Amino acid sequence: MVQPLDIHEETPSQTAGPYVHIGLMPSFAGIPDVYENQLGESPIADGAKGEVIEIVGSIYDGTGWAMRDALFESWQADASGKFAGQDGADPNVSGYCRFAADGETGEYTLKTVKPGSIAGRGGQVHAPHISLWIVARGINIGLQTRIYFEDEDNSNDPLLSRIEQRQRVDTLIAKKTAYGKYRFDVRLQGEGETVFLDI
Amino acid sequence: MADLGPLIPRNRDIHPVPYDPGYKTSVARSPSQPLLSMESGASEETGPTFGHGTFGALDNNLIMNFSKGTAPAIGERILMHGKVLDERGRGVPNTLVEIWQANAGGRYRHKKDGYLAPLDPNFGGCGRTLTDDEGNYQFLTIRPGAYPWPNRGNDWRPMHIHISVFGHSFGQRLITQMYFQGDPLIDLCPIAATIKNRSQLDRLVAPLDMSNSRPLDFLAYKFDIVLRGRRQTMFENKLEGM
Repeated sequence: MVQPLDIHEETPSQTAGPYVHIGLMPSFAGIPDVYENQLGESPIADGAKGEVIEIVGSIYDGTGWAMRDALFESWQADASGKFAGQDGADPNVSGYCRFAADGETGEYTLKTVKPGSIAGRGGQVHAPHISLWIVARGINIGLQTRIYFEDEDNSNDPLLSRIEQRQRVDTLIAKKTAYGKYRFDVRLQGEGETVFLDI
Repeated sequence: MADLGPLIPRNRDIHPVPYDPGYKTSVARSPSQPLLSMESGASEETGPTFGHGTFGALDNNLIMNFSKGTAPAIGERILMHGKVLDERGRGVPNTLVEIWQANAGGRYRHKKDGYLAPLDPNFGGCGRTLTDDEGNYQFLTIRPGAYPWPNRGNDWRPMHIHISVFGHSFGQRLITQMYFQGDPLIDLCPIAATIKNRSQLDRLVAPLDMSNSRPLDFLAYKFDIVLRGRRQTMFENKLEGM
């Protein structure tokens, strides 16, 4: 017998189900008063430095239907590329947000500041991006992806560079629709399928 | 900040399969292309923190939190408790645990749940807490009922409580479900069956814990949760230019 490794296995995931909002966004489920405050209502507070932007989009299933019950969480750096808790980070940027697809239209809106580029290990520089985590009924383990921006230089980003089929890079790039406004749609399956991550 | 090392890559074999025709909604909601794998970076190794001041005194008491302490919910009173660990077996302190569930009759307080079992006027169905310095958490709640759902002709969910855990980094984010020891519906459930390894599914089944039950008050169920850990960085290969 060899020595034991003493590694514990991660707890298996299960779907968040259709009523995920009860736990994570109770006001959305129709339970507005149970907590004094709801977590992740905005990733920024007044006075946050940088360009305030609004990202709008939908998440489509494999049939092209905009899902009405998805819940999203986003995590990002501030305008200088620092995450909350790091030295020099903007105190008005929590960087964390929870939001949901609209129950009638399926569209979500994320209002935040545009993040700066981020320093990685070994001197790598990551292009500005927002990490996105998606859960819903029918999704058995949360899906990770990233929102990049079409008006930034994404040419040397280490993650985008790893995508072999270059036409798929475009699925991670938010499109500018007006000043300070972007559109980022997620396609779960099939034509134009968004690149999902295992990081 | 000190570099604690990259996250240990996920072992996807222990997790449910994304595409499972038995769970019909997953058919159109599962990616068909492989995931893009990469070593974690700051975006995955950092995450939000929540202070103790954020939480109210009843936030982890689902029996009383919906009525603001004025009247208890109806049902089997239980203590749900356990420890949040990482893959190294270390407790994860001060991390957010959130739960949500149906009431004793299997009805959710959600505008989209139209099941004919009634709402309990004193039960909301959500709770949240931070783990203590050793990673322990606890909730007082009522045991949820099974409920039917439109999947195959006669599918019923086992009694379950949904659980969301943060850990200390965005890449550790996990949502799962806790089932109850001895529930015969577990073996019939297409959602439970998305986990193909039975011994992994068994890890989601909470045992009755008489040692932490309170006489004449509540029964206890224990549910430990393991989150991803970090690789130790004894040697770090530098990329070109370093």
